[in-house]
Amino acid sequence: MYDYLIFALKRFLQLLAVVFAGISAAFLVSHLSPISPVETIIGRVAGQSTYSPGAINSLRETLTEIFGLNVPLHEQYFNFLGRFVVGDLGPSLIAFPTPAMQLVMLALPWTVGLLTLSTIFTWLVGNILGGLAGYYQNSRLLKAFGVVAIGVQPIPYYIVAFLMVIIFGFLWPVLPISGGFAMNVRPSWSPEFVLSVLRHAILPATSLVIVGLGTWFLGMRALVSNIVTEDYVTYAELAGVKRDRIVGSYVIRNALVPQLTALAMALGGIFSGTVITEQVFAYPGLGSLLVRAVNGGDSAVVLAVSCIAVVAVASAIFLIDMIHPLLDPRIKAE
Amino acid sequence: MFSVFRDLLRYNIEFAIGVVLVGAITIFSLLSFISPVDPVAIYTAIPDQPPSAQYWFGTNSRGQDLFWHLTFAFRNTLSFGVTVAILSRIISITVGLTAGYLGGWVDRVLMFVNDIFVAIPIFPILILFYFVLRSGLDTFTLALIMACFGWPFDARLIRSVALGLKHREFTRHAVFAGMPPVRIMFEEHLPYVMPIVFSTAMANMIWSIGLQVTLAVLGFTNLNIPTVGTALYWANNHSAMVVGVWWWIIIPVILIVLTFLGLFLLAVSMNEYIDPRSRLRRMGA
Repeated sequence: MYDYLIFALKRFLQLLAVVFAGISAAFLVSHLSPISPVETIIGRVAGQSTYSPGAINSLRETLTEIFGLNVPLHEQYFNFLGRFVVGDLGPSLIAFPTPAMQLVMLALPWTVGLLTLSTIFTWLVGNILGGLAGYYQNSRLLKAFGVVAIGVQPIPYYIVAFLMVIIFGFLWPVLPISGGFAMNVRPSWSPEFVLSVLRHAILPATSLVIVGLGTWFLGMRALVSNIVTEDYVTYAELAGVKRDRIVGSYVIRNALVPQLTALAMALGGIFSGTVITEQVFAYPGLGSLLVRAVNGGDSAVVLAVSCIAVVAVASAIFLIDMIHPLLDPRIKAE
Repeated sequence: MFSVFRDLLRYNIEFAIGVVLVGAITIFSLLSFISPVDPVAIYTAIPDQPPSAQYWFGTNSRGQDLFWHLTFAFRNTLSFGVTVAILSRIISITVGLTAGYLGGWVDRVLMFVNDIFVAIPIFPILILFYFVLRSGLDTFTLALIMACFGWPFDARLIRSVALGLKHREFTRHAVFAGMPPVRIMFEEHLPYVMPIVFSTAMANMIWSIGLQVTLAVLGFTNLNIPTVGTALYWANNHSAMVVGVWWWIIIPVILIVLTFLGLFLLAVSMNEYIDPRSRLRRMGA
């Protein structure tokens, strides 16, 4: 237990280092942007009617202060770190003066919900099927699934999502192809709203599952087909242990550990994938917000989304690492 | 080296298919050097012509001959993938061999940095770079940025092999013979990790090309450089699927899927070759 606490502490320090490095990089890159939020807003205001130069100047001063641009870069950086801790990243530009963090928080549940459900589903199903395919190597059905998985795996994310839109929105229009919920229901915890959200999530989630399933299936099959040649499996077979038990507790359980590490490593990539998915299905999540912010030249929102993505991915990896030693007694918490 | 290649071709059907696919796409992209058309010029051909004897892959709504346009697109995309692969291989070999051979605090520091790079989601960072550089984000800059993020997995893999090599007899001989560490790493240990370097290079190309296409489809790249991604972007931009110019989307998609499939099969078969157990099983020994 003591070892585990030391391990947890070390990993936590590393988590902090990752988050610090990530958000620092995001801050530096985004502050090199040539688009000044102050001038953009002034242009927007001045385009609507005429103002005296004095009024424009005082507006410029006020805005510079609101965006915190009136101090040198290193001070801006320290301000940014301080405000990041309390979750304040300044006003957004695309929806001025709504705080950037508020926009991100509105979008976050959609992305997290979609990603968590589809990732867990994909990982479980892919690994179970892959484990069975590695153990029962003569099963026709599982062999066929392997061929399909190799064929589907290299198809780019975007293509799968796009094909689903064409098939289910155009050729056989049974499912909603855009948005997070139907226009005519009001966001609340009513059954209609929940059903509508679920119906709208089917297509984006399915596209994520289709793209992800093959990787886990193939990885698990390769792992298991190496494990079944181990002596302890042969011994268990000779000793008459039931096959279900061998597959479940002897083979798949051992192979799951590297797959869990792989899951932690794949999380960043899965996030990249959702940006495309959300864009194709017009899903109201972080990805859509990010694209909108980039096109609108909104550095506060781009920065906020990047920071949240860094924090979310790093914490997810941290959580997976924390349950690692609990799953596999061979791993000494180090 | 050559005998390895011959063995792989003879005993491994996946490798053979991969070589054929990647080879065909490479030849296709090399055709761009004898192309009669300028890839960035638009309205040089009749727009929206379906595939025919004159225009093999048809023409798009921007009046470009798709066959020749795609040769350029694939040349740019493939050379981008190769650039990222080479640059990131250099980093991962250096970090992996150094961490594995020197060990101690060097290893700990390098692996700490390594873990940080693993955990940073690259896509938002790439979008940030586009956000700042806009059209100044040319192919080489993008390749450089992606190479800086594409090395950590492979460095860890190389390190684990180097750790094993460190305690082998020949390393000790080299140390006693007075060979400096740098030469031990790059002359004695490097040949042992080369198979891993090749197989991870293929996986790395799939990753980098996939991200490049993703960025371009969203419009987050210099749209005037012909790549597979920008070809798809323009096709979307002109609603090619809706107005019935299906060949503008289907043909590049089929070609890029074949490229990915080829690279994937190469990576998988080389991975299998590295593991002597599965290699022997396949050769029927």
